[in-house]
Amino acid sequence: MQRDSADTAGLVIDPLGLQALIERLASMGFRVVGPALRDDAVVYDDITGIGDLPQGWTDRQEPGRYRLERRQDDALFGYAVGPHSWKKFLFPPVETLWSARWDDKGGMAISPPETSQDKFAFIGVRGCELHAMAIQDRVLAEGDHANATYAARRQEAFIVAVNCGQAGGTCFCVSMETGPKVESGFDLALTELLDGGEHRFLVEIGSDAGAQVMEEVPSAPASAVQIEAAAAVVERTAGQMGRSLDTNGIKELLQGNLEHPRWDEVAERCLTCANCTMVCPTCFCTTVEDHSDLTNQSAERVRKWDSCFTMDFSYVHGGSVRSSTRSRYRQWMTHKLANWIDQFGTSGCVGCGRCVTWCPVGIDITEEAAAIRATPGGKGEA
Amino acid sequence: METMDQLMAKHPFFAGLAPEYLELLAGCARNYRFDAGEYLIREGDPADTFYLIRHGRVTLEIAAPGSAPVVISTLGESEIVGASWIVPPYRAEFDARAMDLTRAIGIDAKCLRGKCDADHHLGYEMMQRFLPIIVKRLHATRLQILDVYGSK
Amino acid sequence: MMQAVMPPRDPMVPDVYRVSRAQSELAGVVTLEVEPVSGNRPAGLPGQFNMLYAMGIGEVAISISGETPRGFVHTIRAVGAVSGALAGMEEGAVLGLRGPYGTGWPVAEAEGSDVVFVAGGLGLAPLRPAIEAVLAARERYGRVTILAGCRSPREILFRHQLEHWRQRLDVEVQVTVDHADTEWRGNVGVVPSLIRRAAFDPDDTYAFICGPEVMMRFSATALQEANLPAERTFLSMERNMKCAIGLCGHCQFGPSFICKDGPVMALDRIAGILAMREI
Repeated sequence: MQRDSADTAGLVIDPLGLQALIERLASMGFRVVGPALRDDAVVYDDITGIGDLPQGWTDRQEPGRYRLERRQDDALFGYAVGPHSWKKFLFPPVETLWSARWDDKGGMAISPPETSQDKFAFIGVRGCELHAMAIQDRVLAEGDHANATYAARRQEAFIVAVNCGQAGGTCFCVSMETGPKVESGFDLALTELLDGGEHRFLVEIGSDAGAQVMEEVPSAPASAVQIEAAAAVVERTAGQMGRSLDTNGIKELLQGNLEHPRWDEVAERCLTCANCTMVCPTCFCTTVEDHSDLTNQSAERVRKWDSCFTMDFSYVHGGSVRSSTRSRYRQWMTHKLANWIDQFGTSGCVGCGRCVTWCPVGIDITEEAAAIRATPGGKGEA
Repeated sequence: METMDQLMAKHPFFAGLAPEYLELLAGCARNYRFDAGEYLIREGDPADTFYLIRHGRVTLEIAAPGSAPVVISTLGESEIVGASWIVPPYRAEFDARAMDLTRAIGIDAKCLRGKCDADHHLGYEMMQRFLPIIVKRLHATRLQILDVYGSK
Repeated sequence: MMQAVMPPRDPMVPDVYRVSRAQSELAGVVTLEVEPVSGNRPAGLPGQFNMLYAMGIGEVAISISGETPRGFVHTIRAVGAVSGALAGMEEGAVLGLRGPYGTGWPVAEAEGSDVVFVAGGLGLAPLRPAIEAVLAARERYGRVTILAGCRSPREILFRHQLEHWRQRLDVEVQVTVDHADTEWRGNVGVVPSLIRRAAFDPDDTYAFICGPEVMMRFSATALQEANLPAERTFLSMERNMKCAIGLCGHCQFGPSFICKDGPVMALDRIAGILAMREI
């Protein structure tokens, strides 16, 4: 349950308090997931305490580039975002939908998978990521038909958000109005305070569940100075955006420029590797696979993340509708920034910059949108 | 008994054509009747008549040795038959054959060409009626070639 | 730490159906009547489709081509692994079915108006329930015209039914083939040519088109040339479909999801991108 921001009293905890929070959530039966260092990147994985967090590390991101660097301080959340997003937990990359077998009488028995559902607690969810979850809620849980397992996981998830203390080189959440400050959709929100020799976290309470959890975590009331310092952190981050995207009229701009020469230009660079769709926290496309045993006595149906960049994605009898790279990039970008608005009443982009960073050739969605804006209406015009 | 220009005025091809032109063209026209199976036009013959079908049905065919003629298209009431009369050397390139009893107005091509040459406005009126039909048929033939119902 | 959650009925889980009748239509084309193994089938609208599942092979979207008191009728062309398996099913065979999904032909909305059905090839199958619905309430409609095109006389779908409809004095039925044989005494040429010869009042007509996309495009153009408004011209669109409920993203056509905003869509809604390549 959400609470008014008016009664989100400021509390302050130190790193040990954060440790206590993590332990408390684990003891409540949550599977606690947070940032961790793996393979030279900050990823989201199971954590047991603050020792798992990427203390003193930050990430340097540019189109097609990501590398970790040491920070001057011991910040626990001193990075922007890595290649993972929380969708891999809420909306797993591979999920068995059901299995079927022939029964004794030659009938088909279809049964849902025997799975137990993890109850997640997420530590370190950014503003852009909260918005990404809200967008996936619209797509997967709030339409005429819902993805039931997603909806259940989402409902049970406990969210500890973090206000960003540092923007990445490919971030543009300010343009998309999704950050860096978290506004809603969290149980607790942290702002990491590192100035003045003390390592503290301002804690904002976003729900009754959040308030209850905090009752068991040692904390102190926040001072006016600390509240002000937290506001300054967010403000400073907002001023550091590595990228910007002009969203003014972008739906009409892109829908009206489906034959723009820029699509040919970007197609010369795009490898159709699908990285952008895999790292995107809102991309939701899936395919299904059917497996059966050798005698076809039993079978199962599996749902997997898919990408509009694959040839198979648009296959209709006879061939693929979108066989060119141009058409597949155009589909992805116009869907993300324009058609999504028609479909779900919101942009599909949250400005996290992952697609820019993790593109092996550094294609920058903000640059592509700007290029079309610079010469709109181009139908082969010079 | 209707006069030829009244008969022609009823055919959609001449819709909106000035009465004086209808009268003029009527001088080149006469009525034809083809029994089922009869040819209106034979490939290779001089293209000396332009037909406007009043009723009945006509097939456009190409015959190849050793096999049955291939029907390219069927034409019916209110449609026209014959395009080679307007293109030198005025020689028919398809067979046109009545499928059913067919009644048509036939306009003598030489006479028609002469009138169009003498009065370019009439020539333009004819072109405005003739060309869209030919273009539509070209489009339809392209679609036919696509074989859209094929199972690929 | 783990807790078992029983999710609500998942729309991705099919019901079990049994083939009550299988009838060969054309080479590689079969009509199946299917009934639920238990309970009653859900209600369907003309123009909607079901997802049919062949055990262990996969699922495919197939339009409803008719209904029986207890089940659905589907006409299937064997073109891939799944449709091949379905087309090979005989009476008694068991399959999975989810649906019906999508939008239907606006049969009720068309009451009081002339109706032109334009079918190409297997496109007559999704139109058949709409034709039957109109003919069942014939007095509520103006002129009714059925225009059907196909590749050759041997590939005329539902030939007996077309002949049956043609016998009625209150329906105009025209069939044309792209390629005639020596026996064929009917029309030769493409469906748009039939549209130009059809009689309807463009100010008060609904047109329902179904067939290969190119054929639908040219037919829509012919109808527009006959001054039929785009908002009363309906097409049944087709794209890759995996979920059929708007969750998988595959069937997008510009801003539309063919599975839930379609398959039946008004021309004015899609005209801008209908002829666009690779959209």
